[in-house]
Amino acid sequence: MSALPRQDRAPVVSLRAAALSYGDREVWSGLDLDVRPGEFLAVLGPNGAGKTSFVRALLGRQPLSAGTLTVLGGPAREAARHIGYVPQQAALSAQALLRARDLVRFGIDGHRFGPRLRGGGIRRRVDEILESVGAAAYADAPLGMLSGGERQRVRIGQALATDPRILLCDEPLLSLDLNHQRAVTELIDARRRSHGTAVVFVTHEINPVLGLVDRVLYLARGGHRVGTPDEVLTSESLTRLYGTQVDVVRVRGRVVVAGAPDEPASPPHHPERADETDGVRA
Amino acid sequence: MTLADGIWHQIFDFTDYGELLALVRNSLIAGVALGLVGGLAGVFVLMRDLPFAVHGISELSFAGASAALLLGANIVAGSIAGSLLAAGAIGVLGTRARDRNSVIGIIMPFGLGLGVLFLALYKGRAANKFGLLTGQIVAVDTPQMSWLLGTSVLVLAALAVMWRPLAFASTDPDVAAARGVPVRALSFAFMLVLGLAVALSVQVVGALLVLTLVVTPAAAAARVTASPVLLPVLSVLFAVASIEGGILLALGSSIPISPYVTTISFTIYAVCRVAGRYRSRRWGARRTAVRTA
Repeated sequence: MSALPRQDRAPVVSLRAAALSYGDREVWSGLDLDVRPGEFLAVLGPNGAGKTSFVRALLGRQPLSAGTLTVLGGPAREAARHIGYVPQQAALSAQALLRARDLVRFGIDGHRFGPRLRGGGIRRRVDEILESVGAAAYADAPLGMLSGGERQRVRIGQALATDPRILLCDEPLLSLDLNHQRAVTELIDARRRSHGTAVVFVTHEINPVLGLVDRVLYLARGGHRVGTPDEVLTSESLTRLYGTQVDVVRVRGRVVVAGAPDEPASPPHHPERADETDGVRA
Repeated sequence: MTLADGIWHQIFDFTDYGELLALVRNSLIAGVALGLVGGLAGVFVLMRDLPFAVHGISELSFAGASAALLLGANIVAGSIAGSLLAAGAIGVLGTRARDRNSVIGIIMPFGLGLGVLFLALYKGRAANKFGLLTGQIVAVDTPQMSWLLGTSVLVLAALAVMWRPLAFASTDPDVAAARGVPVRALSFAFMLVLGLAVALSVQVVGALLVLTLVVTPAAAAARVTASPVLLPVLSVLFAVASIEGGILLALGSSIPISPYVTTISFTIYAVCRVAGRYRSRRWGARRTAVRTA
C-alpha cells in the first residue's frame, strides 16, 4: 500500500476559472476550487446543474470550455487510474454474470488487453480488499444475486483496489436504505482517514454525509458556492445563489432546504428496484 | 405401434453409419470450431443483452448467403459479407439499447425478404435453399472449410485480445469508461466479431436457429456458474456437445440437422436451469442468515 503522507497538502484537484458548456448552454463557469488530500468535498445541487458534468470533467471524459483543470498535477485524462470511481448501484448491468470478486478484480486489471498472465498475487489482493469492505462472505456470489447495499460495498472495494488518491463518488447512496447508506459512507470515510484519500462526493442528499463533509460545492443553474456546510447551507447564501427566497432549516442535526427551484420535494430514497430487500437487519 | 415404428425408422436409420461418418468428417471438424466460436461469443451476447441482435444479423447473413448461391459465389463469403453489413449497421445506428432493438427490427425483415428473393431466383437444387435456413451437415466442402476455419481463428484471436476489457465494459460500462476502457470502440468491435460468429453458425444450423449455438449454451452455463473461467469453458462444451451430437444423430436420419442440435442444446439448458436452483438456494440462504445473525 502506498499510503500518502498526510503532510503532502498539494491539491489533488485544482480548477481555475473553469467553465463547462454544451453548445450554447453553459452548465457552470468561473469555478475556482482546490481539493486537498484527505478532504471530503460534497457536490450538491438540483438536477441539471452540472453535477454529472463535473464528475465527467474530473474523469477526463468531458473537456472544459474555458479555464483549467489539473488532477494530481496533470491533465485529468492521465490521472484516471489514480481515481477510484463509485457510481450509483443501478449502473451495474442487469446482465452481470460474474461474481463479486471479479468486479473487484476489474478494478485492478480490467482495462488491460490481452490474456491474463499472473494471477496469485492479484487474487490475494482481491481477497484482502473484499475482507476490508466486509464483502468476504459473498465474494463468490453472482453479482445479480446481491442486494443494492452489497453491490455498493463491492463497488467501493473495486474503487479502492488501485489505491486511489481520489475517491470520486457519484450518488453512491441512491436507492440504498439508511443502514446501507451508513455502512457505505463509513467505508469511504475510513479510507479517507487511513490513507488521506480525497473524497469528492456527488449527492442529492447531504444529510447522510453531513458529519463528514469538510466543504460543499453547491451547483445551481445561476452559479455556484464553495465553502463549509455552515457557510453554504444557509438561507441567505442559497437565496442569493438561486435568486429567489430559499429557506434552510436545521432540524436535529439535519439540513432541510425549502423553496429551492428544481429541488426535489423529498430526497430520492425511492428504490429503483421494486425487489430491493435490504430493509431488515437485526 | 407400427406407426411409431415407421416414424422412428424414418428419423433414424443407422445402417452404413461408418461410411456416412467419413462423409461428414469436415463437418465434425467445423463443428468444434463453431462450438468454440459460438460458445465464447455467446458469453458476451448474454452479458451485453444481444440475443435479438444475433437473430437480426443471422437474417442478413442468410440474405448474403443466398445472394452468393444465386451468383455461384462462395456461400461462406456471402454469408460473412451479409453478417458484417448487419453487425456494422447495428453497431453504428444502435449504440443505445433502445435504439438498437428498433434498428434490428427494421434490418431483420429486410434481410429475410432479400434472402427469399434471391432463393426464388435461384434455379439450383432445392436442398441448398432449405439448408441455408435450417442447416445441413454435408454443406462443408474443402474450400468452404478453409473459410470456416480461417474465420474461426480470426474470431478467437480477437476475443482473446479484448476479453478482459470487453467483460469489464459489458458488466460495468460506467466504471470501465472511467478507467479508460474504450467502451464504444469495443462495443463496435464486438458487433463485428459477433457478425463473423453468426455467419459461421449459419453454415451448420441455418439462419433461423443460430441462437441455439450462440445464446443457449452460454445461458445454460450462466445458470450454474458465475466464474469467469468456468462460464466460457462450460458454454463451449455445451455448444460443441450440441453441434457434434446433432451431426452424429442427423447422419442416421433423413431430416435436417437443426432439430437435433436445438433439442440437445435446449435439454442442456433445462438441466442447467434445474441444477442452478441449488445455487440460488445457497446464496438466498446466505442472505437470510446474514439478516438474522
